[in-house]
Amino acid sequence: MAWTRDDLAVRAAKELRNGFYVNLGIGIPTLVANHIPEGMKVTLQSENGMLGMGPYPFEDEVDADLVNAGKQTISQLPQSSYFSSSESFAMIRGGHINLSILGAMEVSQNGDLANWMVPGKMVKGMGGAMDLVAGVRRCVVVMDHCSKDGRSKVLEKCDLPLTGVRVVDLIITDLGVFDVDKKGNGPLKLIELAPGVTIEEVKSNTEAAFVIDLN
Amino acid sequence: MSKIYSSAAAALAGLPKDGMTIMSGGFGLCGIPENLIVALRDSGVGNLTVISNNAGVDGFGLGLLLESKQTKRMISSYVGENKEFERQFLSGELELEFNPQGTLAERIRAGGAGIPGFYTKTGVGTLVAQNKEHKDFDGVTHILETGLKADIALIKAWKSDEEGNLIYRKTARNFNPMMATAAAITIVEVEEIVPCGALDADNIHTPGIYVDRIVQSTFEKRIENRTTRAREVA
Repeated sequence: MAWTRDDLAVRAAKELRNGFYVNLGIGIPTLVANHIPEGMKVTLQSENGMLGMGPYPFEDEVDADLVNAGKQTISQLPQSSYFSSSESFAMIRGGHINLSILGAMEVSQNGDLANWMVPGKMVKGMGGAMDLVAGVRRCVVVMDHCSKDGRSKVLEKCDLPLTGVRVVDLIITDLGVFDVDKKGNGPLKLIELAPGVTIEEVKSNTEAAFVIDLN
Repeated sequence: MSKIYSSAAAALAGLPKDGMTIMSGGFGLCGIPENLIVALRDSGVGNLTVISNNAGVDGFGLGLLLESKQTKRMISSYVGENKEFERQFLSGELELEFNPQGTLAERIRAGGAGIPGFYTKTGVGTLVAQNKEHKDFDGVTHILETGLKADIALIKAWKSDEEGNLIYRKTARNFNPMMATAAAITIVEVEEIVPCGALDADNIHTPGIYVDRIVQSTFEKRIENRTTRAREVA
């Protein structure tokens, strides 16, 4: 039984630590907010200019001036603050955010990430992704292990145009979890398997080289 | 000399010219100068370069300037929500320069602050770094990005006093404060103009020196993704 979308969010939430400032990407990463452990203090940053992002508002509290980076309406918390886009990315670029959890199209063995552009298809833009992976202290990718046509997204080298070079620290897929040696040239390290997934299954679906170091 | 104008059209009168570079504030449809965009469209100028994080949606915001084919070139970070944009881009009618969002914000800030360029590690090793100067600082490679300026900035604030001291509201601030500083002429539209002294001087977000023209407008404030949660019933 490979991990579902929600299982992936639960697993990614294990990367949170007390006191962390965290930026969550669109899609599965957004779901991580639902799994912050009870009693742990985690502050969510939204790159359009907010720290201390609250949950979706009640119907009668919807405010067009209060949205997240996915342009969804959200709510304010007592500890929230607002700021400009340049201040927001000063925080990101300056290394003040502890953790970025984001989606990917491809990740390579040395931590290269591709998640913004497929040549020949309409390109929507990189938004804040390049800034986040370049500036945030730790980057965790959450994605399906294979693309819809069954090709591995965990590669020796990315085929798609990159979002960043040697930026990914940890890869969480529906099949398992890999540690990335982004500073060196070592193989990936498979550190966890999703329940019921075999090493053979991971091997046959992974193009990148990896060693096995299950706890 | 009063900075206050009676309508968005009056605030723009005499300024727009073909081929100008326009900055337009907002993130998605949040905090956009929606009435000034309509007035710019109605001025009929064309061949515009528009600097804005996003490109509006079909029929609203900067989508209006695309429909009327007044935009020749856009500098943005994300343009996902606009079919007309896609059509014009794929047919080659529209030029597009993608900037990483933080690089775009900082280029505008730098442009307004008299800084011609800056080094950043954002985009190193990607398409964004092509043909840019590379330089290592403390063993980390950075690329040189240049400051951005415009002929006219169209921005949206919550309140202005008669001097153009501005405050923004919640996440509608976004790109507006930097754009206010980076254009030859800055025009702001606000929900309310208040007398001098009515805003706390310690809490001004954009000082009036950056603001040339002010107009009070009413806003539709369209929401792109209305997400809510249900109240738990006891």
